[in-house]
Formats: sequence, structure tokens, C-alpha cells
Amino acid sequence: MNILVVLRMVPDVVEELEIAPDGKSLDLEFGRMVLSESDDHALEQALLIKERSGGTVTALALEAREVDEVLFAALAKGVDRVVKITGPKEGATTREAAHSIAQVISSEPGLKGADLVLTGTQAINDLDGLMAPSLAQELSLPFLGIVTGLVPDSSARSTVAVKEFPRGVGGEFEVALPAVFGIQAAEKPPRYVPVAKVRAVMKSQRIDSVSAAATEEPSLSLLLVLEMTKPQPTAHAEILEGSPEQTASALCGILAERGLL
Amino acid sequence: MLDPATTTYFDVPGYAYLWALTLLSCSLFGRQVLRYIDVLREARKENRWDKIAHRLRLFVANVLGQRRLLAEPVAGVAHFIIFWAFVLYALTFGWNLVRGLLPFLPIPWSDDVHGIALALELFAVLGLVALAVVAVRRYIFPPPRLEKSLDAAVILALIALVLASSLCMQASKARSPELSLAFWWVHMVTVLGFLAYLPYSKHLHLLAAPFGVIFTSLHTTGMPATSEGAEQRQDFTWRQLFSGLACAECGRCDRVCPSVGSGYALSPKVLMRQVKDAVRMSDRSQTPVRLLGDRVKPEEIWACTTCNACMESCPVFNEHLPLLIEMRRHLVLQGQVEHRIQETLTNLARYGNSFGVSPRARAKWTQGLGFTIKDARKEPVEYLWFVGDYASYDPRVIPATRAMARVLEFAGVNFGILYEDEQNAGNDVRRIGEEGLFEMLSEKNQKSLDSAYFKQIVTTDPHTYHVLKNEYPANHGDGRVLHSTELLAQLFRAGKLPVRRRPGLLITYHDPCYLSRYNGLVEAPRQVLSELGATLLELRRNRYNSYCCGAGGGRIWMEDVPGITERPAENRVREAAVLQGVRTLVVACPKDLVMFQDAIKTAGLQGKLVVKDLSELVAQSVGLMERSESNVAA
Amino acid sequence: MSAEYWVVVEHWRGSVSQITYEALALGREVADQLGASLHAVLLGHNARELAATLGKADSVIYADDPQLSEVVAETYAEALVQLLKSRKPKGIIIPLTNVSLGAGTLLGARLGLPVVNFCTDVKVAEGAVQARCTLYGGKIESRVTTEREPTILGLCPGARPSEKGLSDQRPPIEDFAVSLPEPAIHLKKYIEPEAGDVDITQQEVLVAVGRGIQGQENLNLAETLAKQLRGAVCASRPVIDQGWLPISRQVGKSGATVKPKLYLALGISGAPEHAEGMKNSALIVAVNTDRSAPIFNIAHYGIVADVLEVLPALSEAIESRKGVGSHA
Repeated sequence: MNILVVLRMVPDVVEELEIAPDGKSLDLEFGRMVLSESDDHALEQALLIKERSGGTVTALALEAREVDEVLFAALAKGVDRVVKITGPKEGATTREAAHSIAQVISSEPGLKGADLVLTGTQAINDLDGLMAPSLAQELSLPFLGIVTGLVPDSSARSTVAVKEFPRGVGGEFEVALPAVFGIQAAEKPPRYVPVAKVRAVMKSQRIDSVSAAATEEPSLSLLLVLEMTKPQPTAHAEILEGSPEQTASALCGILAERGLL
Repeated sequence: MLDPATTTYFDVPGYAYLWALTLLSCSLFGRQVLRYIDVLREARKENRWDKIAHRLRLFVANVLGQRRLLAEPVAGVAHFIIFWAFVLYALTFGWNLVRGLLPFLPIPWSDDVHGIALALELFAVLGLVALAVVAVRRYIFPPPRLEKSLDAAVILALIALVLASSLCMQASKARSPELSLAFWWVHMVTVLGFLAYLPYSKHLHLLAAPFGVIFTSLHTTGMPATSEGAEQRQDFTWRQLFSGLACAECGRCDRVCPSVGSGYALSPKVLMRQVKDAVRMSDRSQTPVRLLGDRVKPEEIWACTTCNACMESCPVFNEHLPLLIEMRRHLVLQGQVEHRIQETLTNLARYGNSFGVSPRARAKWTQGLGFTIKDARKEPVEYLWFVGDYASYDPRVIPATRAMARVLEFAGVNFGILYEDEQNAGNDVRRIGEEGLFEMLSEKNQKSLDSAYFKQIVTTDPHTYHVLKNEYPANHGDGRVLHSTELLAQLFRAGKLPVRRRPGLLITYHDPCYLSRYNGLVEAPRQVLSELGATLLELRRNRYNSYCCGAGGGRIWMEDVPGITERPAENRVREAAVLQGVRTLVVACPKDLVMFQDAIKTAGLQGKLVVKDLSELVAQSVGLMERSESNVAA
Repeated sequence: MSAEYWVVVEHWRGSVSQITYEALALGREVADQLGASLHAVLLGHNARELAATLGKADSVIYADDPQLSEVVAETYAEALVQLLKSRKPKGIIIPLTNVSLGAGTLLGARLGLPVVNFCTDVKVAEGAVQARCTLYGGKIESRVTTEREPTILGLCPGARPSEKGLSDQRPPIEDFAVSLPEPAIHLKKYIEPEAGDVDITQQEVLVAVGRGIQGQENLNLAETLAKQLRGAVCASRPVIDQGWLPISRQVGKSGATVKPKLYLALGISGAPEHAEGMKNSALIVAVNTDRSAPIFNIAHYGIVADVLEVLPALSEAIESRKGVGSHA
């Protein structure tokens, strides 16, 4: 089973996000980048499948700030090979990224012929589309998103995939392989990798660097961002102040007025 | 007096029987002891041969002087007597054995020497009385957690027999030599039998304990040298395994352990038992002896708060904490940590704090103080205040942090902070077992410290204090690191803090584990409290006996476990609440502040007890606190 | 040649989703402003009668095929590709929910069309469609437009009240034949969640707990309050993921959408995935220690305090009220 995992770094929202002077993009000068949460799950799912049925896992990521740490951590978790794709500018949109990544997958030896291509179902900055279906289209592979369970057949010709529907309902699908999956959650939460292991890997293993061919194409995203702002809440709750006893009492009064008590 | 060595029985001289019995006893004894030594030799090496003079001093105070045992007076005095009786009897037995095996030697029997005979009789009587006392204690008024095993009963019986047979032997010497001879043989056979039984019983502590004391750790308590953790028997160091052999199953560790007190899975005494069992396991089968997993379960390992009360109370200086930490290291390296710990460690690695918030907000607490705190990265200061995670970020602690800032400013102290370049000092990271993360954090912090100009480091957080002072190589114990209470005491002595309002408060004080047990810092906070004019009523368990609030060892980052009878912090605030007239519990640790605030609510003591940080009390007494800023209603 | 504007109908297991009506309401506004006709695109199998409620649109374009009997993004995208060969609307609104996610991107990728995700509002300015999108977990808003048609808009729930998308008119149906290839993806079966004892969507009062409840052992406080208010306990995703409550109690994107008379959000931050499931509740009261938590932006009343302190205080206050005479 050959598994490719596509990882993306996104701005870390724990830090205050700042708008760039042009008013149309994020000012990333002091911002930090973090691995997109569902990509972490995609990585975990890939490792679980490898542990169960053998095979290799390769992780790919576009070059970005702090991506090296993420790729080394992936190696420490058990990924066989990590590839960093250089070329596209920082701040590439999802579809632009998908295009570069698909290009590298198709041309780089050892990456073609994967049975599974996994990535997170959605990232916080997927303005112009989602990664998984974009990749699927570029690679001419079938796609299924919001996947929470993935059990490939030992023949690697098909897999059972569970997709999350509303109200806790799951849909069990059979998908012919190779295919692209957008992972919502791995069967187990992403594993912890101790710092000592990551540091050891930094000394003993390396990240392959591959450059994506520069494209002179116009923006693949086809979007024009007119303005980016930090939303001011239009409404705000009336805050009841005081000790827990006082606020509880005030709230009781409000509920009583509405006939809710 | 008949000579047992030359008297014949069934035509065989006594000494022949004695040789046979001695050889049998020694070989049984030796075989098992050699097995133990083999196991220890296979284990990881550890050098405990340094500072011999210091070690011998410990031996004198703790083995000869039985210091820790005397902390429980009744059992302590009784054991003291039994111990010295044993020493006397062991020496005289050895003497008699030599004389018995080699009857041609021109030496008397030891009990034929008048002074010695008297001593033997005296100690026999005292010993038997002491045995009676301990038997009553063990079977009628047992302290909690005392292991009432068959082994223990056998030992008490054997010791009594040894002493009684000797007394009877002496007593019947004059009137009935044959009877006396018979008692002689009873005595010798009992001791030889005891010798053979020794390595299979908890009474091995006789031999092991002195070595345990001599080979104790002289470095910072409880923290083993960096390693990759331990899972199987041979992964541990020989000294860690030795603890199992030296354990006398007295239960003192369990009596002071907050995990045991609350009903968590961990019992230090049971842990020792498991180590002992593991050491005793024969190597016959090829499968390695696993300690972690087979015998010790992860929930036991994670239940420890690293308060060190067990090691402080153990009379044979067993090393409970290193064993647990080695196993934690193994679990961490395997990535087998529960979800909340994983989140916390990830946050620490990414953001340098356990709260998972931006490091840029670390110094937000300094806003609105009315003065600017110096940036130690940019200008030289005398005191570098290493603030710590909880003091910087936790809203329940920030008022205390601000109070300390005001006090320092008022006293004209030249201090500064590292602002965003300060990261979690890593004490609890190390105690969780994440050595790699600790290395990373301490490297970053050391870099920041190295590029700042200061004479001393001060902190309000005992965990931070401990690790900076003892486990950051650059600061090793050269007096550069102070706890805030030490600095406050100095300021009071120098007259820099005139107390305007003598509160006349009746208070009590909780000694933080990492100040009292780990660093012996118990007087400075008390000096400060007396300067404030407060009347201090001591908690029953104070100073080195302080009862842990339950936050240490990373437990404050872990989920609550179901089935807890009473959380350690609840137990502690109830202990404070029984003190007549005391309504304020004073603390000197940010985590204590948080834990006890919560515990007062969950224990239903709101309105009866209030917890206050020492810095807030000082600020109030010096006239600096605004009423509304106090984090708890006064 | 009049312009068209489309809304893809989301329906699942026999009923039209609420978001479809929200999209129709929005689509109607946009179409009217553009001077275009609004068409609802209904893809399914033997699903004609679902068209009856879609009267807000000027017509329903209905494509029937056995392979469209279940919602599979691949198949939907292919059907839409075929549709777009003959008709070119100015834009297509596709709902962004667990049911339809992915179809929009696939369609855009296949035909080289612009896709705008996370739309929370759409307006027309100077003849061009502008979308307002909420990104970065709700922390950033972008105003976006495109220069190629049709533009595919991925619409988040809650953009318009669903009532505005209802109509008692039966719209005309235009049939369209699609020829779909053998799919690589088959739905085999649905996995139902364990039956919960309570249907939270039918409750008038919901006591919702989030991370602020801190532990399973504190749930009883919420249960007590729920009982006092004659309601039920529900939760945000983190609580469900921990296993403290069954999935039937989950509110939000992957759970249920609720509209009770009273929604008490206790220790819930108010992230968009949760907010979309409850923001139309009649009265929302939030309790959270963080004054800047987004929940306070959608709540009517808020208390900045620890849930574990407010819960017992609230229960007590209610009890003492009940004890005060019988004239309550």
C-alpha cells in the first residue's frame, strides 16, 4: 500500500491575525504557521493504515515557514519519506497549491502510482476551493471527502471509506483505488511524538526538496479579493455582571419574564 | 558450663553439626543474595561512590541514629532498641559461631564475658519489651497502610525467639547446664535459620538498608540523570532496583502520599513490592522481566504528584520517584500519553507555555500597573524576575503577580523580566518524563538568560525556582536563584518594607513541596509572616511534612480520574479549616493558589476559609493593594 | 437571452435540507438584482415531488438518474458539468454542508470555473456579484468577486432565514437528461448512530455544555438544571469527542441544528462549526470565562464567569424562586 499524504501549513490563529497594508491579504510577518488540523488527522490515518497493512507513507508539503519541523515530526512518527516542494509563493491559494503538488506527484519518481492520496478535508483558508477535490481533478482520480474511517482492501484495489453525514450518521462507501480522500478525523487522535525523537530524526534523516515548475499562468484561483477585514461583531450580548449568585438571580428574572421558568 | 562444640550427640561432636548447619544456612543465604547481585549487575550503571565522607555522615545519622524512624516516636524508640539489640546480638553470635566452629581457638564464649553477658541480658529484656510494643501497635493499633503480612509475623516471632532463647540460656546456666545447652542450640539454630530466611523476607532490609542510605542520591531529590526511560528490569539502574530489596514494608510512604490519600491508583509501597517481586523473578525463562505494564500500570505511574513525601519519610532511603519518572520517560518516548498531556506538551513546544496562548501575551499582566517593568533583555538589572507560566497567564494568579510587582517597585528593587523571551522553565515537563522537551525549553531559556544582565534570579513559583536553581547546569547551586519569599525576607530585614497596617491576622501557611522538601526553604516565608504581625497557627502537617496540593508532576494538566474519594487539595483545606479562628490560608506558590481556591469551593468552605498569596498579604500590609484587585473576597 | 442564476438543491434521505431554502432566499435576492431568473437545480432519482416546495425559484431543473439517488460529490459534479454544457448561469450557489461538501470544488476544477467558499452573504454591486466569506475560524472576513462566469459559491448555513426561501407556489419543472459514467464510488449503507433517548431538535430548552464543563463528573450539574427547566442537555463537539455524551446530543456542523426557545451555552467558545447549529435559537444565554469568546457575539445575554460556579448558583436561584409562593 503506497500512501501519499499532502500537508499544508496555515496561519496559526492562536496569534492575533493582522491585515496587510493593502487591505486584501494577511500580514504574515509576525504570524506563525501551523499544520492544518485535519491534515494532521490525514497523516495519522496514513500511519495507522501502514501499521496495519504494511506499505509506505510519503508526506508532501509546500515550502512554508515552520514546515521543516512538521516534516521532521512526520518522519519521527514513522513516515518513510518527506518531500518539500519549493517554487510556489507563500500565500498560494488552495487551487494553486493543488496544481503545484499534483505536478510534482505526477513527475517525481516514487510518487506516481500511489494507492491512496490523503489530505485534510478542509483548511481554514480554503477560499477558492478544497484541496482534496482539486488534487483529485488534477490527478484524474476519484474523490471522497469528510472521511472518518478508511479500511483498504489487502489487494489495494478498493477501500471501504466512511463519510460523516449530519446528525452523527455515517455513510459507508466502497471506493475504487487509487483515489483521493479528504480526512475529517483519523480513527485515533494524532499520536504524540516526543521532542527527543524529532531531534534525533533531524540529525539522522533528511527532507527531499523538489521544485515545482514555475508557471506563468494567471492566477488559478480566479478570485479577486476586494477587501479583507477583521469582522466587528454587529451584535453583542448584554453582559450580566456580579457574583455567580447575583448573575444567576438576574438571569432567573429574565427567564421568568419570558415564561421559561 | 558444658561446651556445645565438643559435646557429642549420637557420637558426633557438636561442632560438626554446627558446621553442617552453618554451611547449609550460608549456602541458602548466599545463593539468593548472589542472585540479587546478578540482577543488579545486569541493570544500568549508576555512580554512587562520590563524596564518601558525606555518605558516611548520612549513615551515622540515619542508620546508627535511626533518625527518620524516630519521627513516629513509639515505633521509632522501639525500633531503635531492637536495632541496637540486633547489632549486639549479631556481633556476639558471630563471635560464638567462630568459637563454635573452631573449638581449638583459645577464646571464651561471648556470653561468658561478664560485661557482655550483662549487655546481652539487658538488651534481651529491652528488646522483648520493644517487641511487645510493636506487636501491640501492629495488631491492635495499626497505623494505616502497614503491611500485616505473614512474613512480618514470622520475623517478630523469630526475633523474640532469638532474644528469649538467649535469656533462657543465661538464666539456666547455673542451675541446669543441659537445659542451658539446649537453649544455646535453639538460639544458634534460630539465628542460622533466620540467616537463611533473610534474603527471602522483607527482613533483608537489615542488610540492604545501610547500603541504601550510603548509596543514596546526593543530587536534587527524585530526578534521575537523563535517560531513555525504563520498562524492563534491566533498564533501571541498580540503585533503583535496590529499593525493592531494602523495603521493609512499613507503610510510611503510603501514609504521607497524596495519591494514596485520595484513592488514586498509585501506592508507593505497592510500587516497592512490585520492584522487589521483579528483582526476585528468576531468569530461567527467556522472556525479559517487565516492570512497566506487567506489574506497574500506567494509571499508577501518572498518579504521582512528585511531592517527594515518600522519599522524605522512607527510613531506608528508597527511591520511589526515580522509578516512576523512568517509567514515565518510557511512556513518553512511546508516545503513550493521555490526550490532555499531549495537548499540553504540544502547546509547550509550540508556544512555550502550557496554556496554548500566544507567547506575545506573556507580559500582558504588566499592563496598567502604573509603572513599566524593566526589560532585562535591554538593560541590566539586579534581579531578573523569572515569572513563570501560571503567574503570567492564569487570571486567578495574576493579581498576586501584580501585587509582587508593586511590592518590589515600592521597595526600590532593581528588577526586570524577560517579557516574551521567557518560556516555561520546564520543571513539570521533566517530571512528566519529556526530557527532549525539557532540553529544548531549557536551551531557549538559558539563551535568553545568557543575553541578559543581572546578578540574581528571583521567582514566585517554587517549581520554577527548583528547576532553575538545581537543574539548569549554568546555575548549579551558586546562590543565584532566589524564591520571592527569600527576597521579601531580605527586604524586611533591610527595612525597605515598612508595614503600615499590622493586620493582626490569625493565619496558617501551607509549605509548597518544591520549597520545603526539595529545597529546605521553610523559614523565610515564616519570617515574612512574622514581620507582617500575623499570628501563624501551624497546620498539623507543616514544613517537611507538608501535604501536597496535588498539582505537581504535571497532574494539574491531567484529567480528573473517576473514583477519587477526596482530592488532595480538599483534604488540605479541610486541615486548615479545623484550626480554631483561622480564616486565611497563606500560600507561596501560584499552583497552590489555584488548587486551593478550587478546593475551597468544592469542599464547601466558601465563607469559612480564604486562600491568599503571601505577596498579596505583603502588598496589603504595606498599603499597596486596592481592595477591588484582590482575587478573593477578603 | 435572459441571464440565469442557479441554486443547487440539497436534499438528503428524502427531504430538502433547510439550507436549500436559505440559499433560495439569497439566490432570489441576487437574481432579482441581476435581473436574472432563478433556477433550482434538483439532482436525484425519483425525487420529482421534492420540487414542490422550491417555488421561490422560477423553475426547477430536474435531472433524474439512478446514480443520483445518493449524494456523491463526484456524481453531482459530473451531472452539473453536463448541465453547464448547454446553459450558462451567471452563478451557482452550492450549500457547504456535510452532505454536499466537495461538489463545488470538483465542478470548478473540472471546468476551470472560480469557486468561492465559506460564503456567508452575497450581494450585487455594479452588476457584479460580491461574496462575503468568513475564514480562519471566523476571525477574518473577505469580500470577493470574480471575472469569470458562472461563479460557484459555496454557501455556509445561516446566510438568510430559511422562511424567506419558502413559497407556496409550485414551480415548473424542466427535465434534463444526464448520462453518468460508471462511478468509482458507491454508497453501500448508512451507519446510524446509537439511538439517543432524547431528540434535542424537539426540545424547547437546551442546556449546552462545552469544554468549560471540564469533566464528565460535572455533567450532573447540567442535568439538574435541564430538569429544572424541563429541557435536555446537549453539547458541542469537544464534549462528544471525549465520549462524555452520545453523538445524538451534538449540536453543530456535524451534529444537529436546533432552534429552541432557550439555548444556554455553558463553557462553549462559539466557534463557527457550533454556532451554525444553534444561532437561530430564540433566546441565547452564554456563560464563559473568556470575555472575548465569539459566543458572546451571537448570545443575547452573557455571564463572564466559571460555568462550574454559575451552574449551581443558577439551580439554587431557580429552586428558591419556585419556593416563593405559588404566584410564579
